[in-house]
Amino acid sequence: MSLIAFLGAIEIGLMYGLVAIGVYLSFRILDFPDLTVDGSLPLGAAVGATLIVAGVPPVVATLAGGLAGGLAGLVTAWLSVRLGILHLLASILTMIALHSVNLRVMGKPNQPLLGVDTVFTPFESLGLSPYWVTPVVLLGIVAAILLAVNWFLGSELGLAMRATGANARMARAQGIHTGWLTMLGIALSNGLVGMAGALFAQIQGGADITMGVGVIVVGLAAVILGEAIVSPRVIVIALIACVLGSIVYRLTVALALNAGFLGLQAQDLKLVTAVLVVVAMVLPGLRRKYAGSKAVAR
Amino acid sequence: MKKNTVRALAVILLAGLALGPGQALAEAKAVKITAIVEHPALDSVRKGVIDELAAQGFKDGDAIAVEFQSAQGDVGIAGQIAQKFVGDGPAVIVPISTPSAQAVAAAAKGRVPVVFSAVTDPVAAKLVPEWKKPGANITGVSDLTPLDKQLDVVKRMVPSLKNLGVPYNPGEANSVVLLNKLKDVAQPKGITIIGAAAPSSNDVLQAGRSLVGKVDAMFVTTDNTVVSALEALVKVGTEAKLPLFAADTASVDRGAVAAVGFDYYDIGRQTGAIVARVLKGEKPGDIPVEGVEKLQLHLNARTAKAMGIALPEDLAKQAAKVVE
Repeated sequence: MSLIAFLGAIEIGLMYGLVAIGVYLSFRILDFPDLTVDGSLPLGAAVGATLIVAGVPPVVATLAGGLAGGLAGLVTAWLSVRLGILHLLASILTMIALHSVNLRVMGKPNQPLLGVDTVFTPFESLGLSPYWVTPVVLLGIVAAILLAVNWFLGSELGLAMRATGANARMARAQGIHTGWLTMLGIALSNGLVGMAGALFAQIQGGADITMGVGVIVVGLAAVILGEAIVSPRVIVIALIACVLGSIVYRLTVALALNAGFLGLQAQDLKLVTAVLVVVAMVLPGLRRKYAGSKAVAR
Repeated sequence: MKKNTVRALAVILLAGLALGPGQALAEAKAVKITAIVEHPALDSVRKGVIDELAAQGFKDGDAIAVEFQSAQGDVGIAGQIAQKFVGDGPAVIVPISTPSAQAVAAAAKGRVPVVFSAVTDPVAAKLVPEWKKPGANITGVSDLTPLDKQLDVVKRMVPSLKNLGVPYNPGEANSVVLLNKLKDVAQPKGITIIGAAAPSSNDVLQAGRSLVGKVDAMFVTTDNTVVSALEALVKVGTEAKLPLFAADTASVDRGAVAAVGFDYYDIGRQTGAIVARVLKGEKPGDIPVEGVEKLQLHLNARTAKAMGIALPEDLAKQAAKVVE
């Protein structure tokens, strides 16, 4: 694997790290299986790309992409909390609806961003090679967001949100407004995903209507992979594990892309990726088992 | 604490393993080909590129080393493939389809020669500023169909044509470009284009039925979703006596009445010729973007009868192929 491919994997891994943190908030913190992300990622990309092309500063456009994602999450949570639609179905409905919304936002299925200033452009004049700029800037963005989410989950509101996910009945008994907190949490989750989409469009050279396909699968894989590698006990480590899991996932894809010397072909990519992810997940467990038996022997 | 160290080591090991192999053999010139998805049309393009290169003395495994990667429909993987290819430092990268071309252009940043193929509107996709002089390190072949000639054939075979129904996927960039161009071309001919949205191949039958009674004929562009479910439209056309026309010749074998079209294999040959010029030292920026050059008329006598129209004698004589 070349350095550029390695940095590219880190870059896309960091971007999907935001998705993983979002998925962690919905699936793990709130215990709310939310598939809206398949629609909110392209929504963020569509809003971000369209605004940048319209001349809005890229930073504002990226934040607007996040805001749009947050609104999409709010719709899902509202359908579920207020209208009593099963959470899974509510999120699928929003996801389907977003396909049309995204086409409306862009006015076409593909909004190119090649040769336009992005959030990464101002950093390109700092003397770094262009292949380093994007991952370094993304690392800064992801680190800042990670710390902010960590702070939030430790605040009074964040603790109430965690209580809502852990035991909603108990939380209500303590006077916590679980409905509101679910709406806030899912909005936050999809806001992060929408922002990831806006950044993705700027990395990738454009927003495309199909970019949401399978985002939830990749996000969940990153969360679970991160948990397998780190087995976190505190929130901040769990959040880092999400980003780490996402990067490891992307490195396995990059590795699978280089598996040609084993006689593997292009169509084997997803199979190879899946096998590598299984290996990455099983290895820490085996090591623990081995370490455990040694401890017993002692 | 110790556990965490081991874990960190495991991750570093995995990263190291990933960085280890993959120093490309620098003997033969590397040609990297990628497509967004594996699909009969896109696969023919790739075959055409490789065949044309071989015909021009650049045989795979001999003078050049070809590597192919498919993004399997995943835009994230398309980006990673683009970065891998750029990192390998090849002589040329050949992205097939618009999303792959955009990902490669974003990763190459003008440093690696790029020859795209099967991109319908390279200017709208911001790959090149204009067709005649691309300028930067990128050029290629567009698969924009000759809509004008296609409409003329439809008009010849259905003289009473007023309204033409076009099932299409609003989520496909190429289809939306084609639909808009079709409207522009049809207006001066006194033909109204009526689109019917089919967001997935499962929706094509319903989209076709929605056109019955509203249109005099149906026309399918090079829309991947609709073409993959063409049989549904053949069914609608036969049931409602609504002739179905297509933009690619392969669809005529599957039941469309007629198509003035091109073979994606020929697009690949055309792309291969440009790749050969770049391998010989020309700059992509100096080579104009090419449109489809080789056109053929294919007719289907069997479905023409089933859909209630006659084949004009002179057209049948011009046709490269008539399916009986």
